[in-house]
Order: sequence, then structure tokens, then C-alpha cells
Amino acid sequence: MAQFRQCPDTGLFFHKEAENLMKANAVAGVVCLLIAGILALLVVLTRWPAVHLLPADTFYMVLTAHGVCALIFWVIFFEIAILYFAGSTLLRSRLATPRWAWAGFVLMIVGAVMTMAAIFAGKSSVMMTSYVPMRAEPHFYLGLVIFAVGALIGCFVYLGTLVVAKNEKTYEGSVPLVTFGATVACIIAIFTIASGAEILIPTYLWSIGYISHIDPAMYRLIWWALGHSSQQINVSAHVAVWYLIAGVIFGARPMSEKVSRAAYLLYIFFLQLASAHHLLTDPGLSVEWKLFNTSYAMYLAVLASMIHGLTVPGAIEVAQRKKGLTNGAFEWLRKAPWDNPVFSSMFISLVGFGFLGGISGVVMGTEQISIIIHNTIYVPGHFHATVVIGTTMAWMGLTYLLIPVLFRRKMIMPQAAKLQPYVFALGMSLVAIFHMAAGTLGVARRHWDMGFAGNPLGFEYPATAYLLMGIAGVGGVIAVVGGAMFIVIAVGSLVFGEKLQKEAGLLQSFGFPLADSAYTDEKPARLPMAPSEAVEAHHDESSFEAPGTFILAMVLLVSFVIYYFINWKYLSEVWGLS
Amino acid sequence: MADENNTDEREEEKISPWQQMIDNPFLLLFIGVAMPTVFYTLWGVMEIASLPVAPY
Amino acid sequence: MTSFLPPAQKNWWAVPVGRQEIIWIAIALVWCLIMFFMMPLWHVYGNQNIANEAYKVTPAKYQAKVNEMIEKYKVREETAMKIPVVAPPDGADVYLLARLWQWYPMLELKKDVTYRLHLNSIDWNHGFSLQPVNINIQVVPGYEMVLNITPNKAGEYTIVCNEYCGIMHHSMLGKIWVKE
Ligand code: HEM
Ligand SMILES: [Cu+2]
Ligand SMILES: [Cu+2]
Repeated sequence: MAQFRQCPDTGLFFHKEAENLMKANAVAGVVCLLIAGILALLVVLTRWPAVHLLPADTFYMVLTAHGVCALIFWVIFFEIAILYFAGSTLLRSRLATPRWAWAGFVLMIVGAVMTMAAIFAGKSSVMMTSYVPMRAEPHFYLGLVIFAVGALIGCFVYLGTLVVAKNEKTYEGSVPLVTFGATVACIIAIFTIASGAEILIPTYLWSIGYISHIDPAMYRLIWWALGHSSQQINVSAHVAVWYLIAGVIFGARPMSEKVSRAAYLLYIFFLQLASAHHLLTDPGLSVEWKLFNTSYAMYLAVLASMIHGLTVPGAIEVAQRKKGLTNGAFEWLRKAPWDNPVFSSMFISLVGFGFLGGISGVVMGTEQISIIIHNTIYVPGHFHATVVIGTTMAWMGLTYLLIPVLFRRKMIMPQAAKLQPYVFALGMSLVAIFHMAAGTLGVARRHWDMGFAGNPLGFEYPATAYLLMGIAGVGGVIAVVGGAMFIVIAVGSLVFGEKLQKEAGLLQSFGFPLADSAYTDEKPARLPMAPSEAVEAHHDESSFEAPGTFILAMVLLVSFVIYYFINWKYLSEVWGLS
Repeated sequence: MADENNTDEREEEKISPWQQMIDNPFLLLFIGVAMPTVFYTLWGVMEIASLPVAPY
Repeated sequence: MTSFLPPAQKNWWAVPVGRQEIIWIAIALVWCLIMFFMMPLWHVYGNQNIANEAYKVTPAKYQAKVNEMIEKYKVREETAMKIPVVAPPDGADVYLLARLWQWYPMLELKKDVTYRLHLNSIDWNHGFSLQPVNINIQVVPGYEMVLNITPNKAGEYTIVCNEYCGIMHHSMLGKIWVKE
């Protein structure tokens, strides 16, 4: 018999098993973020030329560990928690096969520990991309495979939950938009993990001597079907989190279900093709293949992101205007709850992802422009804007929301929590922008010594490059401080936060489980459709519902166009190539 | 109850095929795996596999 | 409140879309198509493109080709390691080899002359990163890429390795001189 509790603050229903799984996955994710953050500090202090902290071998080891732990473990553990939330809680359904979900969780933990152990043993400093024929220890690959299997089980539990909810009619009509976004993330995840298995299992067999040769070009091709698609899981999932937070904080409804869902549909069709933009300067792939895939089939997936970029803030604006904040173009935004870290994290995530991550990503992913950017430190600059300011900050905002709702704890240090998103965003923006700038001067990524000290061939980057890397170093330290604030607040709240449920259980020091008396065997009432009167009310088709958002969107577009052509100009000045 | 089911069915008849596709996660899963497998993976593998050997 | 509830209409596809969204989608679509057509247009009218020419090759064969070229066109040696410097004739095939942790040999080219530059690695992945112009090409072992390059400015250029290639990755450099 599935047991449920209803959150008295939000009215959300939690299935007990699902709830514990969400907690376990979210906590595991935050632990990974903690480790990744410590490693980030070491990395960024080494790349700050004036500090140059670690020796070379340790730097490459720590950099490998930072990439794997942050990009793979932190992000995916949290993603699994989001899937269970979107499938079970939002649909008021029991989670399908909780035992399998626990098995998946255990596999993910085992895999993560195995891979991290391999890296810290020192003989697997191959970077997370682990391009063959460079060889790591076998359990480096095996751990990743086991982790992926665990995550795959999580995806199937989510799909199973959709089936259960449908059969048991726990909701009316179509699934909510947020759940739909999670479904898209899940679908992309399945392709991603399948590609990972396709390449990492043979590589594991090669590392133990069972297979004699793995083709390096094929490896890069299939590896990026894993490596890049996994970023598209993040995009789909964090867009869903934006919609969720807009709904929770403002009662916002999508401006148009049709537009938002059709945009997600474009993701399903085209987003994963973008893996190609890692291979634009590779030998052996034709121009036709590169053009078609790297443009996500004519940039139709970029179109989808530009649509979400309008409809998410647009939904907030419409909701705010309905509450009477109608003065000028931006009163709705000025009077938004900027001191609520749930909102500020989410909105910074949206703007940072669009302006810094999105624009730079599309520009550097242009077939020819890649020539002046590939493998420079511009690349880490770009993806810290997407995966840190975008995804990680969205996850942080969601965590602030979940502390009371899921863990039933009052957040500690509310003043620090107000500041945290700004500190983190400031630091990370400096990292992103100044790494990008240094990249345009040619500074290499994954590189221990930009000074090439003692090399008989000698080479000096321009002095500006050192300055830029120094500023990025300062930004990195600020970001680590912001990240540490997040960890202290989140973990501290779980351990020391005031219990919001009196009948809390014994093991409360870890936030779970709640006391049995919090749950009942009663099945929640069927999830109703959104009330419909409001739709007609705001659907005055002739006028602009969200003029402020439209202005912001045009600012984005203009910046995009200018930056795009600036890069073509730079490209046109380098040596002729054909 | 019987009544409600009837209205459900009648409404479903009018639902556009696009919506039916979007409401069907398993169809979407198929598309989402097939597209990149064909255009990215298979096409790419064929190109690399069919490269000529250096002519010297 | 409603982004996480089922849509208000069962038949939500039929709800008309507001004018604002339609206008934005149209603008964004036009921009996406412009970006798309820039790429094929640059292949026709632009001067910086990576062509399709690539071959499979074994390390031994490629090494032999490099040695053959050095024998024919070597002009001097550089540094204590006596790395050969090659000055190939105009329009010649130039074979550059990447290996742990060196770009081999060094090249002396002429401004505004086009050469067929061959790139290959005989061990791991490396990254051809020509500084200070900032041209970056992936070098994959077993795959020889051919690029027609036309230096447009005289001077001393350095090839940095910008694909991680093991413990001495940061010391992997090469040189190209371009003469008037
Ligand atoms: C806490 C603040 C963080 C700082 C200061 C930071 C800083 C850095 C630096 C300096 C690099 C090395 C760039 C290079 O030399 O190539 C790096 C690499 C990387 N970071 Fe972070 N980072 C942070 C957080 C994160 C997070 C949260 C994620 C993922 C969600 C992440 C993902 C990565 C990845 C994937 C790499 C590339 C590793 C590789 O090249 O294999 N970072 N980071
Ligand atoms: Cu190298
Ligand atoms: Cu290298």
C-alpha cells in the first residue's frame, strides 16, 4: 500500500518511497558538489598564473576529478531526484518499483566511488573525456559504466511512473508542463546513456586487454554523443525547473502550452545532434555532416531555447501584471522577490544561461568559427556559464525550495541565503567571461603552465592574457565562497534547521524519514486541471501580454547578432585555410 | 462514471495528431533516440569508416 | 501554480497562440536561418574553411613521409635538441607530425604562398594551436588531415598543444617562421 503525506504549505503530495529516494539522490548530489567545489578551488588557483598552486601531475589529476565529479555526478544525482519529483509528486502518483529505484541509486553510488577512487589513485588522469589511446585504469571506465546503468534504471523508473499515473488516473488531461520537460530530459538521458555504454564498455574491455584496438576517431564521435547530449539533459531539466519555480513563486502559468511544448518537441528532434560541434575541427567527418548536425538541423533547437527564453520570463510577467504591477515595462521585474533565493537563483540562471552561455555556445559551435576557439580556455568559460550559472544555479534554487517542502526543515541563516546567489553568480560570471576572453587570445584549456617556463622553444602569450586569467582566478575564489555558502546553508538546514513537522521521526538529523504518523494510506484526490477562466482573461490576442519580456528578448537578440558577426570578423583575419 | 468516459473519448477524437504525439512519451522516446542515432551516429560512423587510406 | 498542473484545456493544442509569441518565433526563426546559411556561404565566399580531405594512415608510413620531406628540404637545425627546420618549395606538401611532446619538424614558409599542410599524430590526440593567430585544429592519431594554408603575415609563430596529452602536455611546442 503506497503511503502519502501532503505538504501543508504547498499542498503537494509525497509518496513516502519516492520522497526518501528524492532525498537520498539530492543529498548524494550535494555531497558531490562539495567535493567538486573543493577541487575547483585547487584547479582555479593553479590556473591563476600568479598563484600556480599545484604541481603538474596533481593538477591534471584534480582537473580530471573536478570535471567528472561536477559534471557527471553532481548534475545527474540531482537530475534523478528531479525526475522522481516530476513523475511522482507532481502527478500525485506512487513511484513505480521503488526497489529498482534504490538498486539504481546504489549502483550510482558504487560507480561514482569506483571512478573517483581510480582517479585519486593517480593513474587515471585522462580528463573526463578519456580519449583513447590514452589509457586509464580499468575501474575508471567500469565505475562510469556502473554509474550509467544506475542512472538508466532511474530513467526507466520514471517512465514506469508515467505509466502508473496514467493507468491509475491520478491526473486529468495531459501531464503538467514541468513533468513534460522532465520527460524530455529523460528521453535525452536514455540516448545519452546508451551512447555511453556503446563506447565505455568496449573501452573498459580494451583497458583489461580483451580488445586490442579502439579507433580514436570513432571514440570521439560516440563519446560526444554521451558528453554533449548529457548537457542537453541539463538544459531540458533546468528549463523545467525554471517553469516550476515560476509557477511556485508567482503562480505563473505558461503563456501558451502549445508553444512551450512544441519548443520541447524541437529539443527531442534536434537537440542531440549538436554533439557534432565538438568535432568541427576533426579529420574525417564531412562538411555536410558537420553543417547539418552542428546546426541542430538548421538551428531549430536554438529556436526552441529562444522560445523558452521568452515564455519563462513572459509567464512571470503576465502573472505579476495580473497582481497589479503594471507600471511601465519593468515594474513586474523590479518588484520581484529579489531577496528570495529560490527566485533570484532561478532568474540569474535564466539570464546567465541565455546571455553568457547561450550566445557563446551558438557562436563557438558555428562550423568555421570553431577554428578560432576549439580547445582554448574559451570552452571552459562557455560551459561554466551554461552548466554552472545555468544548471547548477537552477538546482540551487530548487534546493532552497525543497528544504522546507521535501525535507520539512526551516532554512538556517536566511540572511546569508539571500546573498548566496549573488555571490556565486558574481564569481562564476567572472570565471566565465574572463576565461572566454583569455581564450580569444589563444590560452589553452587543460594546461598547467601558460608560461612554458624553461622550454627551449619559448613562447609568451600577451601580458593581457595573464591579467585575464588572474581576474578569472579571483572570480573563481569568489564562486567557491558562494558555493560553500550554499553547502553550509543546505546541509546545515537539514541537520540543524527547525523541524516544520512536530511529529518528526528519530533520524531527523538527516532529514529523513519523517515519522510514520505524517503519512496516510489514503490515495490523494485526482490532480485537477489548471483552472481555465484565467486563460480567456489574459488571452487578448491583439496586444502584447508581456512587453517587458519582449524588450529583454530583443536585447538578447541584438547582443547575439553583434557578437556573432564580431567573431566572423576575427575569423576573417586569420591565415587562409581551405 | 460511464458518462465521463464518454466525454473523454469524444474529446479525444478532436485532439490534433501533434498533441497526441506530444502526449505519448514512448513515441517521443523512439523519435528522440532514432533521430540522433541516424543523423549523428550512423552517418558519422559511415563517414569515418569509408575514409580512403593515404595514397603513398 | 499552474505550470505544474495539467493544462486547463484537454485540447490545449487548439488554444490560439498570442501575437507576441508568434512575432518572437518568427524573428527567432529568421535569425536561426541566417546563422545556418552563413556557414555554407562562408564555404563559397570565405577564406577560412576546413576541407573534407582526410586519410587513414599508420604511424610508420606517416613517419617515413615526414623523414623523406626533411631529407629533401632541411635548411638548418634549432635548439640543443637539433630539431630540423624545413623550408619546402611553394605549394608543396608539408608533413607535420605530432608526438609526445613535440611538433616535428619546424617549418619555414613564405607569406601569401599556399601549402598543403598534412597533420597527424603518431601516438595520442594532440591539439594544433597556432599562436598568436589562434588557429586550432584537432589532431587524431591514425587520421591524416590535409589543409591548404596561406600565411598572411610574416613573423615567428608557435604551435601550442591544446589537447591534453599526458603529463608533459604543457611543454609541447613547435615553430613556424613565415618570411616575406
Ligand atoms: C565552484 C566554482 C567552480 C570553479 C571556480 C571552477 C573552475 C574551473 C576551472 C578553472 C577549470 C579548468 C579549466 C581548464 O584548465 O581547462 C574547470 C574545469 C571544469 N569545470 Fe569547473 N569550476 C567550478 C564549478 C563547476 C561546476 C559546478 C561544474 C559542473 C556542473 C564544473 C564543470 C567543469 C568541467 C566539466 C570542467 C572541464 C574539465 C576538463 O577539461 O576535463 N565546474 N573548472
Ligand atoms: Cu600534445
Ligand atoms: Cu597536449
